[in-house]
Amino acid sequence: MIRTQGLTKVFKIGKKLKEDFTAVDGLDLHVPRGQVFGFLGPNGAGKTTTVRMLTSLIHPTAGQAQVNGLTLGLDDNGIRRSVGILTESPGLYERLSAEKNLRIYADLYQVPDPQAAVTKYLSMLGLWERRADPAGAFSKGMRQKLAVARALLHEPPLLFLDEPTTGLDPESAKLVREFIEELKSEGRTIFLTTHNLDEADRLCDVIGVFNQKLLALGAPSELRQQLFGRKSVFHLAALDPSWLPLVSAVAGVIEVEAHDNKILVRLEDPEGQNPAIARALVQAGADIQFIGELRQPLEAVYLDLLHHQQEGGGA
Amino acid sequence: MNQVRTIIDKEWAEVFKNRTVMLTTLLLPLLFAIMPLVMLRAMGGSLGDIPAESAGIPSGALAICKGMNGTECMQAYMMGQFMIMFLLMPVMIPVTIAAYSIVGEKTTRSLEPLLATPITTAQLLLGKALAAVIPAVIAGWLSFGIFALGTYLIGLSPVVRAYLLSPSWLLAILILGPILALISVNFALWVSSRVSDPRVAEQISAVIILPIMLLGGALMAGWVVMNLVSVLMTILAALLIAIGLSYLGVLIFERETILTRWK
Repeated sequence: MIRTQGLTKVFKIGKKLKEDFTAVDGLDLHVPRGQVFGFLGPNGAGKTTTVRMLTSLIHPTAGQAQVNGLTLGLDDNGIRRSVGILTESPGLYERLSAEKNLRIYADLYQVPDPQAAVTKYLSMLGLWERRADPAGAFSKGMRQKLAVARALLHEPPLLFLDEPTTGLDPESAKLVREFIEELKSEGRTIFLTTHNLDEADRLCDVIGVFNQKLLALGAPSELRQQLFGRKSVFHLAALDPSWLPLVSAVAGVIEVEAHDNKILVRLEDPEGQNPAIARALVQAGADIQFIGELRQPLEAVYLDLLHHQQEGGGA
Repeated sequence: MNQVRTIIDKEWAEVFKNRTVMLTTLLLPLLFAIMPLVMLRAMGGSLGDIPAESAGIPSGALAICKGMNGTECMQAYMMGQFMIMFLLMPVMIPVTIAAYSIVGEKTTRSLEPLLATPITTAQLLLGKALAAVIPAVIAGWLSFGIFALGTYLIGLSPVVRAYLLSPSWLLAILILGPILALISVNFALWVSSRVSDPRVAEQISAVIILPIMLLGGALMAGWVVMNLVSVLMTILAALLIAIGLSYLGVLIFERETILTRWK
């Protein structure tokens, strides 16, 4: 669906446009069909620039990309025809009705039955009753839904969603997220740029942490594991510090910490090593209340990667 | 061509939702049609039957007065200036619409999703240009139609009417007018794609009416005389300029610059 090699974008900036600013630096990426890919990064990281390059709105300075099997720079109109894009700002025609807004785009995308497509998506997104109202009279959430509908009219197999929930109230954001989940279940490929880490964690199969260059790539669980390893938590009725060396002695245990009545154990293979640790603790007289896995929030992964980059660690 | 039609439809739907724009488009042509008629009626036979040479018009402009008496010569001369208004109208009306069309979409952020569709630059610019030109040309023609009809109703001398509705003026208003409109719209679109404020676009684009004003001045001074040859030459030159500007407009329309340097 998307494959990039060394994709780079350098902007000329300054009064006389003589200074260079690298917005995207050598991006190598592969997003297969049907995947929800989360493109995570802080403001100004180059996420929107990447989306604009991949939707052939702007040209890369260097590198190559194939989108839906079409080569960027060779078949730009073909790429535009085969992708849907929800831009950072909905960019609706506010004086025109919701229906007219969609009809214009259905015609521009040369949808075979434009009115049927408009009706389908207005109904699907719960806007049918308000179809005659000007888009300017809509709430932020409704505008965003209308913009999502606009991106879907021509049934693109690949959808770019640029910060779809930014600026929305929690209820509207939830509605948009639920719709993205629906799109995911239809098997569409979704390229989702966001700085909402919780959203990315919930929706994305794979996440790329990006700040001018790709800092990390993988499933949310893989990223957690790469950075923090896997940790088991043993909740005890009471904690005796003398039990910690016993746990450390179990093969495969990397690190042991104690907090209140809990023992946190970093290990290579929790499924294989948890029973041995439990046996050691029970033999020592511990009352184990329950055992769980410590799930690091994605935020911790993200902040750690960015912090590492700022310290000069790079990708 | 369907995508061009969609752009025209969209532009009209947006522009004519604004009642002020609608009113300006209708009111100006109506005013331009009625004003010269009122003047003609008021002039009546004020100079009596004095010879055309004594009517006090510049000697260079006397060529239009063959077979006219003093009053008729003055009427033909004065109306020549008003006829310029019918050329000015298709230039003035669409400039505001065209000047807003790109920068307006930039400021409302609707340009990015529009450029993300499979529309070519030529289709986009052609759609926007025609959306501005067509209403202006129709308004100009209607206005001239009302004026022409009015010359019969106020009982204008057949000699003066023959001059005002001569093939030269008809060609100028029916053919040259729309071509001039296309030139002004292409210029306004070019300005609109290069500035970041709609007001600046409108102000700069208004410069395009200057050549027509100069033509009016030259006619008044008698430096230029309207005849078939001069009108045909002007049409040809204007056509070449219009084609050149349209082609250049597509070449220099930089999607990337427009999208990335609009803040």
